Amino acid sequence: MAGSLRGVAAIVGIGELKPERQRRGQDAMSLLSEACYLAIQDAGLTKRDIDGMVMEPELAVGGGGFNPKMAEHMGIFPRWATSSDTQGAAGVCMALQAAAYIQAGLASIVLCGIGAAIDPDAPRRRGGGDATETATTEFQNPFGPTVGANGWYALIAQRHEHLYGTTVDKRAKVSVDFRYNANHNPMAIFHDTPLTVEEVVNSRVIADPLHLLECVMPCAGACAYVVARADIARSLRRQPTYILGGGLGIPRNNLTHVGEITLAPAGLAARDAFRMSGYGPRDIQVREIYDSFTITVICEMEDAGFCQKGEWVEWSKDQDFTFKGNFPTNTHGGNLSAGQASTAGGCAQVTEAVRQIRRDGGDHQVPGPTDIVMVTGSGGTFAQQSTMILGSEAAL
Amino acid sequence: MAEQTEYKKPLPTLSNLSRPFWDATKQHRLTFQRCKLCGPHVFYPRDICPGPECFGVGSMEWAESSGRGWIYSYTISHQPAHPGFVPEVPYVFAIVQLEEGVRMNTNIVGIEHSDLRIGMPVEVGWDDVTPEITLPKFGRRGG
Repeated sequence: MAGSLRGVAAIVGIGELKPERQRRGQDAMSLLSEACYLAIQDAGLTKRDIDGMVMEPELAVGGGGFNPKMAEHMGIFPRWATSSDTQGAAGVCMALQAAAYIQAGLASIVLCGIGAAIDPDAPRRRGGGDATETATTEFQNPFGPTVGANGWYALIAQRHEHLYGTTVDKRAKVSVDFRYNANHNPMAIFHDTPLTVEEVVNSRVIADPLHLLECVMPCAGACAYVVARADIARSLRRQPTYILGGGLGIPRNNLTHVGEITLAPAGLAARDAFRMSGYGPRDIQVREIYDSFTITVICEMEDAGFCQKGEWVEWSKDQDFTFKGNFPTNTHGGNLSAGQASTAGGCAQVTEAVRQIRRDGGDHQVPGPTDIVMVTGSGGTFAQQSTMILGSEAAL
Repeated sequence: MAEQTEYKKPLPTLSNLSRPFWDATKQHRLTFQRCKLCGPHVFYPRDICPGPECFGVGSMEWAESSGRGWIYSYTISHQPAHPGFVPEVPYVFAIVQLEEGVRMNTNIVGIEHSDLRIGMPVEVGWDDVTPEITLPKFGRRGG
């Protein structure tokens, strides 16, 4: 058997800014720094304790060398730092990377985080025009993809609907149950707005078959956490959240060219995560599943093994995804309803898992056991997805 | 020609790799690369072979496509990323599977949106959008 990260390290501090439609005058580096400071303080550590970093450049921050930029910006100079370059899968991948570095002796306390800015005063990039890269845009943009990732996920939804009858009235359950959770989370952008199936079905079509209220909304924000070697974690002020296992699946870059597009790479990642953790789908008590769109969640649930492929519609009729339900999922509201600060949205799935394991969820705390939690991340359009199992001391 | 200045949508920027594809579409021929060493067709263009057992470098040659395929999946787009497409909404952005085994992005044209379905047979047609660039778009077979 190959090596394992099981119990090597734990998340010991979390920090998060509330997702907002825009944050005037704040760039991604300042947002991320603020979240990092919160995470270090939550752990009861000082800047000097941080000897490793995995700072993930948000999609809009170019030029390379993001770790040294953040190191200088915050005055934190670790002995080891790399990014993960896994887009929306990074929320999970940063923790797995941190644990691997710790196991390898490259670092002992690793700061991880992602920030995403939307500043109305900053120059905005215009999307959809560039057709210069032979591997991607040259053969896509002349035909007019829908704005953002909406059209790409619509291709998955259309095919899933064709194969398995997963129509919008069925998919809407994902949006509606997660919204209920958001209604109990004061940090959620849609905290004050309830949602019904009828409202999802009747919302305007963005990219048929996907409707507006099945799609995430761009936000600004930041999210960070600190990963420490297990023996250090046990000496700190917070109850450790142990990393029990994880994996990454990379079946393609673009949907157009490779493989059955309704298969979520989270399934590949989950196999590694389950093997490493020693737990299976039935052991998982809470799920924080990357939810860029309704269809993203449906495919991830099927392929991670919570139900058979193509049987989500029937299976989900007996499931309640709210934090009070039999199958608590995206207990903070998910990206769909808590807010997706670009790729930092995937990091917020991790911090929410930590909150649930610590029993710090407040009004949206799952009443049942929360010792074993699964988190996923999703980068590109089913290009790369990550899965991680987190657990309390009792789950070790 | 008026169309030349009025075409407001993104155009491919030709590279050494992709130029043969666009040279062929200009002549209303659809071509894909295939590997001289291991055989299968490949799309998008590249100069190495991505075949699972193959390490071919410079082994890719261009071959004619039948131009026939099926709709693999599609979306009817109501909110395009690029403003040039706004006058055309709603329009169909699709993945078409070709007989040669490759898949590509394209537009489906000339088919009522309510008639569209996954698996529908389609064939290539030609949209000469500028004197230099012809885009392959797909419609009903024999249509």
